[in-house]
Amino acid sequence: MKHTGSSRRHSRHHWSESLRRLLSPRTFLQRHAQVALDSLGRLYRNGIASLMTAAVIGIALAMPSGLFLLLDNLHRLSGSWDGQASLSVFLKQDVDIGTARQLADSLATWPEVGAVQLVTPQQALQEFSEHSGFADVLGLLEDNPLPVVLIVTPSADQTDPALAGALQGRLAALPETDLAQLDLQWVQRLAAILDIARRGIMVISALLALAVLLVIGNTIRLEIQNRREEILVTKLIGATNAFVRRPFLYSGTWYGIFGALLAWILVEAGFWLLSDPVAKLVGLYQSDYALETVPLALFGLLALTGVVLGLLGSWLAVGRHLHAIEPS
Amino acid sequence: MIRFDNVSKRYPGGYEALSNVSFDMQTGAMAFLTGHSGAGKSTLLKLVALIERVTRGQLFLDGQNVTRISSRRIPYIRRKIGFIFQDHHLLFDRTVFDNVALPLIIAGYRHQEVGRRVRAALDKVGLLNKERLYPITLSGGEQQRVGIARAVVNKPLLLLADEPTGNLDPDLSREVMALFGMFNDVGVSVLIASHDLQLIGELDYPVLSLSQGRLVQPGADAA
Repeated sequence: MKHTGSSRRHSRHHWSESLRRLLSPRTFLQRHAQVALDSLGRLYRNGIASLMTAAVIGIALAMPSGLFLLLDNLHRLSGSWDGQASLSVFLKQDVDIGTARQLADSLATWPEVGAVQLVTPQQALQEFSEHSGFADVLGLLEDNPLPVVLIVTPSADQTDPALAGALQGRLAALPETDLAQLDLQWVQRLAAILDIARRGIMVISALLALAVLLVIGNTIRLEIQNRREEILVTKLIGATNAFVRRPFLYSGTWYGIFGALLAWILVEAGFWLLSDPVAKLVGLYQSDYALETVPLALFGLLALTGVVLGLLGSWLAVGRHLHAIEPS
Repeated sequence: MIRFDNVSKRYPGGYEALSNVSFDMQTGAMAFLTGHSGAGKSTLLKLVALIERVTRGQLFLDGQNVTRISSRRIPYIRRKIGFIFQDHHLLFDRTVFDNVALPLIIAGYRHQEVGRRVRAALDKVGLLNKERLYPITLSGGEQQRVGIARAVVNKPLLLLADEPTGNLDPDLSREVMALFGMFNDVGVSVLIASHDLQLIGELDYPVLSLSQGRLVQPGADAA
C-alpha cells in the first residue's frame, strides 16, 4: 500500500481541479448555452412532431388566456359605467310638471345628491320612440302613458353601492314617488356573473395547465426512451444525474416557450378577428369602447407560464424515468 | 490502484458470481483478466466500475474505499476511469470528435481545452483526420480506436477494457493491445478482460485468471 499516500494526494488534486472548473462562471454559462442550443437543434430536427407538441401546448394556453382577456374587457366595460350610477325616480301619474320641478329643486339640495335631471313625459316618449323603433305604434296612443321621471345622480362621494341603496330607500319613501330604481343594479348583476365566469375559467385553466404538464411530460418521456443508449454511455463515463437531466429540462422549456409563442399568436389573432364586429356592436350603443389586449404583458405572462409548465413537466418525467436507466 | 479484499458478489436470486476474491493491482500496472464465460470477468469489471456493488468484502480504488460509496459520488469516481467496451458504445448521431469530447464535456472542461485534448487523443489512436466523420462510416477497428480515444481523453488513472479485441482480427487486436501498452508506459493503470489466450500469451503482462468466481492464481502476482 505504499502508493496510497501519493494517490490520495492525487485524488485531492483531481477534486479541487474539477471544483474549480465547475465554479468557473464562463464555463458554466458556456455549457448551459451549448445544451440549450443542442436541445433546440433536436427540436428542429424532429420537425413536425415538435411542432405538434408545441401546437397542443399553444392551444391549451390560448384558451384560458383568451377567456381571461375577454372577461377583463367585459369587466372594464362594466367598470366604465360604475361612475355614472344614477337613480331613476318615476313619479306618480297625478304629479304635474310644476310639482315635479319643485321636488327636483328640493332634491338637489340634499347632501348626497349630486345632480337632478327632470325628464318630462313628452321628452321620454320622444326618446323612447326614437330608440325603440316603436314610433308608429306609440303614435296610436291617445294619451302619453309615461310619468315624469327624475334622474338623480348621487354626489361624487356616494358611489358606494350600499350608500346608493340608502338613497334609493329615501327617494322611494317620498309621497310623490311611484318607483325609485337603481340603474346600478344590472351592473352589479353583471359583476356577479363575471365573478362566476372568472371562477369557471380558473377551473378550466387549472385543468388545461395539467394537460400541458402531461403533454410535456409524455413528450420528454419518449425522448428519454429514444436517447436511452446515450444516457447509459454518459452515466458510465461519469455523468452526474444533473448532467443527464439538463438537456431534457431545456427541451421542456423550449416546448413551453414555443407553445407560449403560439398561444400569443392565437389570442392576438382571435382578438383582431373580433375587433371589427365588436366595434360595430358598441357603435350601436354610441360608445367608443374597443377590445384591448396588452401584447407585451400578455406575451410575458404566457412565456412565464410556458417556461414554468415546461420545466415542471420535464422535471416530473425525468424524475420518474431517468433513475430507471442505469448501466448494467 | 485496484484492491479487492475478500470480495464476494451475490446477485439477487442467490447466484454467487464472485467468491472471496482478493488481489492488489498497483498504480501504473497493466494486467489481463481471463476466464471462461461465466467465470466472473464481467462481474469483476462491473464492481470496479461501480455498476454493481460488492456483497461482502472491501473494494478500494485509488486508495479510496468505495465499498459503500453513495451513488451521488459514483460519477466522480467513474471520471477517473476510462472504459472500453467490446461493442465500443459509440453514439452514432454524433461525429467522432463529439464522441471523444463527451467525457470532457461531462467533466466541464472549457471549449478550447476540449478541442485541444480531443485532437491529442485522436492523434494517439491515429484518427486525427477522421474527427468530422460519423462512427457509422468507420471500420470496426477504427470504431474501437475511437472508443479508446474517448476512454483516454480525460487522462484517467485507470483504463478498464472488456473484451476490447472481441470483434477484431488478430492484426487489429495486436494494434489495440500495443495502444494499451503505450498508455501504460505513461503511467496509466490498465486492466483488460479478455479470453484471447493466444494474444495474452504473446504479451508479457500479469494475468488474473478467474474460474467459477474464484481467482486461480494468487493476487500478489498481479503487481
